[in-house]
Amino acid sequence: MRKVIIILFFVQALCTISFAQDDSTDLFSLMNLSEGTNYTTATFKTTRLVNGHSIENQAEGVLDFRINHRFGDLNGGIYEMFGLDQANVKLAFDYGVKNWLMIGVGRTNVDKTLDGFIKAKILRQSTGDKKMPVSLSYVASSSMTTLKWSEPDRKNYISSRFMYVHQLLLARKFSEGTSVQIMPSLVHRNLIDSLKYKHDVWSLGIGGRQKLSSRVSVNAEYYYVFPDQINKQYTNSFSLGFDIETGGHVFQLHFTNSRGMTDPQFITQTLGEWLKGNIRFGFNISRVFTLKDTR
Amino acid sequence: MKNKFIVLTVLFLIGSAFTKEESSGKYMCKNGKVSFFSHTPVEDIDAENNKASSILDSKKGSVAIEILIKSFRFKKALMEEHFNENYMESTKYPKAKFLGKIDNLSQINFSKDGTYTANISGKLTIKDKTNDIKTVATLLIKDGKINGKTKFKIKPEDYNVEIPAVVKDKIANELEIMADMDYSPM
Repeated sequence: MRKVIIILFFVQALCTISFAQDDSTDLFSLMNLSEGTNYTTATFKTTRLVNGHSIENQAEGVLDFRINHRFGDLNGGIYEMFGLDQANVKLAFDYGVKNWLMIGVGRTNVDKTLDGFIKAKILRQSTGDKKMPVSLSYVASSSMTTLKWSEPDRKNYISSRFMYVHQLLLARKFSEGTSVQIMPSLVHRNLIDSLKYKHDVWSLGIGGRQKLSSRVSVNAEYYYVFPDQINKQYTNSFSLGFDIETGGHVFQLHFTNSRGMTDPQFITQTLGEWLKGNIRFGFNISRVFTLKDTR
Repeated sequence: MKNKFIVLTVLFLIGSAFTKEESSGKYMCKNGKVSFFSHTPVEDIDAENNKASSILDSKKGSVAIEILIKSFRFKKALMEEHFNENYMESTKYPKAKFLGKIDNLSQINFSKDGTYTANISGKLTIKDKTNDIKTVATLLIKDGKINGKTKFKIKPEDYNVEIPAVVKDKIANELEIMADMDYSPM
């Protein structure tokens, strides 16, 4: 009997100890507090993979000034200073209206094009109370070339200047360093070179990033255009680059076969071929300004 | 014999339950405020976490605070991202903890309304690095509830937080940490 009592005392003592330990180890579970839904952040460093959109938005009240630059083809040789003699530029402003909604406008000298877009978050990857394996966003953009009409004598319509793009972005951050994104895309062109080609061009983009350190990542982006929709001279856009982040700036340095920096341009009007050396060096610089304290 | 054993077991279990009940005098806080402030001539940075949880044991004089690093809110979204991604690596080290005790427990009467000064010493763990902290807290006891406030300074380098040379002049060498917690009986 005495033994039993001793054992029971021992058990009781153990219980007390384990209770005592509890209140110092995990307060959240002890207090029945849920840690809530843990939304995945920073799937990519910035709002663009290379040329195209990433799943990231600017936060509400944040203005992003973007300077994009593509040089000429590397295979231009020393005469073209390996492409450095040429400059294709796009200046753009993006703004986070809400955390889930971002808008932007831009202007590029490639075909003297103006463009605007909206990007909305539909799903956010998360763990915890609400679980979601992927993030999903929708991007709609339209662009307008302001080039002089190539045949001014015929009847020209203002609508002929427009192209539209609809994209779904489906992304998953697999680990701290690795994220992958696929982008089913539809480009609509009001004016096409010949009736042999399609007004609506379907393509599928795939891209991803791998972090090398907390501030540097390697990005890749590829857009596959399904066959028999556009002129055979056009190729699929492929880009490979680095994101380097320093304080308020993100520098994206990359090699790409696309000259255009506006969605329909690099998806449906890429001319370069990697294997022939039609590769250009380019960079995007993003500088953000917080216009609104949203806390 | 067997019956006695069962009776005893039941008695002891009830006993355990009561000892737990009895050992109340514990207070908890679910939405405590923890903030930090960094001042340099170039930039002021402040962030606030309104989801700190804490337990204060008035009998033992012990206090435990736990916060999720991800719950800090900044003025600038990009700062918040960099804080989590680059400096705190909050996916790898999701929580910060403080475990401490009130050194002058005898001078505080938890059953009497009033303002008390508590000398607290304990251990702060951030990014798996633990350092000793000594601070003075003001306890305001009213109607069985406690408000505790304190302020102290820590150095980022003590907690494995690396600050690259480029931003050295934007982040203070010493950060001021403030806590403001409302406790109610458990």
